[in-house]
Amino acid sequence: MWIDAWRRLAANRAAVVSAVYLLLMAVACLGGPLLTGHAYTTIYTDYVRVPPSLSAYPKPDQISGMLDEVIRRMRVELVSWNEQDDRLTMTIRSSRPIDPRVVRYFDRSSSFADPKVETTSPDGQTMTLSTAVAKHHFLFGTDNTGRDLLTRTLIAGRVSLAIGLLAGLTAVMIGVIYGATAGYLGGRVDDVMMRIVDVLYSLPFIFLVIMLVVFFGRNFVLMFIAVGAVQWLDMARIVRGQALSIRRQEYVQAATALGVSSAGILWRHVVPNTLGPVAVYMTLLVPQVILLESFLSYLGLGVQEPLTSWGVLIAQGAKNIPAANWLLLFPSLFLTSTLFALNFLGDGLRDALDPKDR
Amino acid sequence: MTAETTRGTTALLELAGLDVRFDTPDGEVHAVRGIDLALKSGETLAVVGESGSGKSQAMMAAMGLLAKNGRAGGSVRYRGREILGLSSRALDEVRGAKIAMIFQEPMTSLDPLYTIGSQLAEPLVRHKRLSGRAARTRAVELLTLVGIPEPERRLRAYPHELSGGQRQRVMIAMALAAEPEVLIADEPTTALDVTVQAQIIELLRSLQRRFGMGIVFITHDLGLARHFADRVAVMRYGKVVEEGPAGEVLTRPAHDYTRMLLAAEPTGTKPPPPGDAPVVLEARGVDVTFQIGGGLFAGPSLEIHAVDKVSLTLRQGQTIGIVGESGSGKSTLGRALIRLVDARGDISLFGHSTGLIDAAGLRALRRQAQIVFQDPYGSLSPRMTVGEIIAEGLRVHEPGLDARARERAVIAALEDVTLDPALRNRYPHEFSGGQRQRIAIARALILKPRVLVLDEPTSALDRSVQKGIVELLRRLQKEHGLSYLFISHDLSVVRALSDWIMVMRHGQLVEAGPTEEVYRAPAADYTRALIAAAYGLDGTAPDARMA
Repeated sequence: MWIDAWRRLAANRAAVVSAVYLLLMAVACLGGPLLTGHAYTTIYTDYVRVPPSLSAYPKPDQISGMLDEVIRRMRVELVSWNEQDDRLTMTIRSSRPIDPRVVRYFDRSSSFADPKVETTSPDGQTMTLSTAVAKHHFLFGTDNTGRDLLTRTLIAGRVSLAIGLLAGLTAVMIGVIYGATAGYLGGRVDDVMMRIVDVLYSLPFIFLVIMLVVFFGRNFVLMFIAVGAVQWLDMARIVRGQALSIRRQEYVQAATALGVSSAGILWRHVVPNTLGPVAVYMTLLVPQVILLESFLSYLGLGVQEPLTSWGVLIAQGAKNIPAANWLLLFPSLFLTSTLFALNFLGDGLRDALDPKDR
Repeated sequence: MTAETTRGTTALLELAGLDVRFDTPDGEVHAVRGIDLALKSGETLAVVGESGSGKSQAMMAAMGLLAKNGRAGGSVRYRGREILGLSSRALDEVRGAKIAMIFQEPMTSLDPLYTIGSQLAEPLVRHKRLSGRAARTRAVELLTLVGIPEPERRLRAYPHELSGGQRQRVMIAMALAAEPEVLIADEPTTALDVTVQAQIIELLRSLQRRFGMGIVFITHDLGLARHFADRVAVMRYGKVVEEGPAGEVLTRPAHDYTRMLLAAEPTGTKPPPPGDAPVVLEARGVDVTFQIGGGLFAGPSLEIHAVDKVSLTLRQGQTIGIVGESGSGKSTLGRALIRLVDARGDISLFGHSTGLIDAAGLRALRRQAQIVFQDPYGSLSPRMTVGEIIAEGLRVHEPGLDARARERAVIAALEDVTLDPALRNRYPHEFSGGQRQRIAIARALILKPRVLVLDEPTSALDRSVQKGIVELLRRLQKEHGLSYLFISHDLSVVRALSDWIMVMRHGQLVEAGPTEEVYRAPAADYTRALIAAAYGLDGTAPDARMA
């Protein structure tokens, strides 16, 4: 069955494209931050909330402003400056002799690099300096504190994808096994198992998470457990309903008549026949989990700055729509395209798992 | 409009060169290939054919009720007026008002959320502009007309409170509400018990006499057509292969296919096994009760007595036929005998009492006693290949076999039921109903059981396919010395296959005896009613007394 399902999935172009896209997304999130040239924690004070651009920062018209800013901090007077081959050469003057250590101010600014003192006048009151202009690419722009959005989006993807897939898979595994067992065995076992689910349902989610945090401290793994612990309940109910109707099917009775054990019937007959709805529900579950995570983070129980996730980025972006819409645009593009791909993959899986659908 | 004025003069409904095609993902399906049919008023035209012959689709096309991917060509005329291709608004003047239709499934054709009264009155208020009170009065009239007792009270009933036969009567009442001139009945009695079927047919007949309707009666049951119809059209592969007066076509068929259909009625008898044949299954006082509801907070549960103290003895090579209508407990009895449901009473298989046995012993016994179910679509897991399905029993009972040996056994089993072993890697939905039933039989037989419970194995199949299964079962019985418990509501198949017959009603045994004796001289009234209600091909009418 699995081999056939795989073959059918491979024949579904939308599903294959989606699967490749998801794979690329995962690879980009894992490896991408190493290639962007920025660490996700680096703050560029000169480039707070700059819009996305394909060309490098600083733009020519920004240089003079940034230069003035540095000169102001040096408490000297700028006589003249010119730009040549990405290096600025300038002459500064002061009423007192200039300490050559003023070049440090260039180092402190993220926009300049490699400053040098070229010549100093005999009285020390005039000095010629040269400095390179540091070129930065911000393909997705920068955020409110001047961090590269591309890097942050990719880093956020690590968290979101990990929690989406891991918590999703955990929920599906527990939910399918639990629900199928309850539904197939039925009767009193089913009653007890489903009452346990009801009790867990009635616990407020936040309460559960806070309790976990209190007992175990704040922990990334804890989030998987918390989210998984809540999400499997829905899955268990869905699968139980399916299993209840499947166990009345004649093929299950036929298997009983053949002497197949309960475990064998569950594994060979009940679980495979619940997979269609499970595949679809799982693609709905993953976005739910990703959003739950951002909710937790918002409350301070999930990932913490400077680490981030798509949900957190989107929440921040939503606050900046008028001033900097790219803060919302890029993370949400990443999230929605991932969810789209997941949906296509889920539909493909459902079809692939159903031999009737050719 | 009375029957006399128009009878035999003009065609009421006329199909000319009607052609139906469906666009499916697998290409175009040509369901109806240019058929010509005419119906006069007061006349009953039976359209017979096997599933897939296009008989239903032709009528759906005439009513403008084709599925979205269907296209109809040719011409459909009602009293000379072309109605094919009319807009649905124009069509509504005819459809429902002049031509009405009833369907096979009385369970699903009524909306479970509304009372019978409101479902009957709604079209009257809407189309006939009757007031609520007048519509109600008319609804009571209609229910009286179709013979529903206490019609005033029944108006407030919901569909689930009615039996299948009563629901079909309500459907007929709804169809009659607008006093149609043509009634198209698509297998209206197929889902009903034989005694109820006889009543519905009688009802249709009397309504036809009173209103002079023309009836198009779609059925696969030749006996019914012979009895009920004036003319018969036999369809196959979307074409009418033969048409003529019912008596003529069904007694002196001109076309090979009609002859084949007629020959597919089960024939033959089964000689009883020798008197000293060993007893394989013995049951004394089998009693099955089901609890409905109940539980921690649900209050006391309701107990249903499904099988009430039934005893039987099955010898090697014997076939016991268990007949009865739906709800008679015959299927439950069959399942209880092989411990698929828990029962009280003594049941012993091959001399071992199944009541005292542990799980391992039960598994060993399961190998000896297998079951084949009615529904060839529901009894095979849709997500396993045929090979996996058939091999499943071997995995349980002979875990030592390697994959190759299992494969050989599967091939042998498929050959035994005359299926091509090359098909074993396909999935059940790729097979026809008859082939699926053969797969189910192969699954049961691969373990070489000695007792086979056959729970309506032929009921969901066309007659000609059914004949093949009956032949197969006969041959397998002879070759493997099998004993059968044959459960069916179809008396003709039971008669052909079994040498001993048990008649059940309301969970109790009504009568038992050698098949031919019971048929010739039934002792119980109920058995007589059952036999009388079956429409024979010889044209014998069912006894109108029963009900």
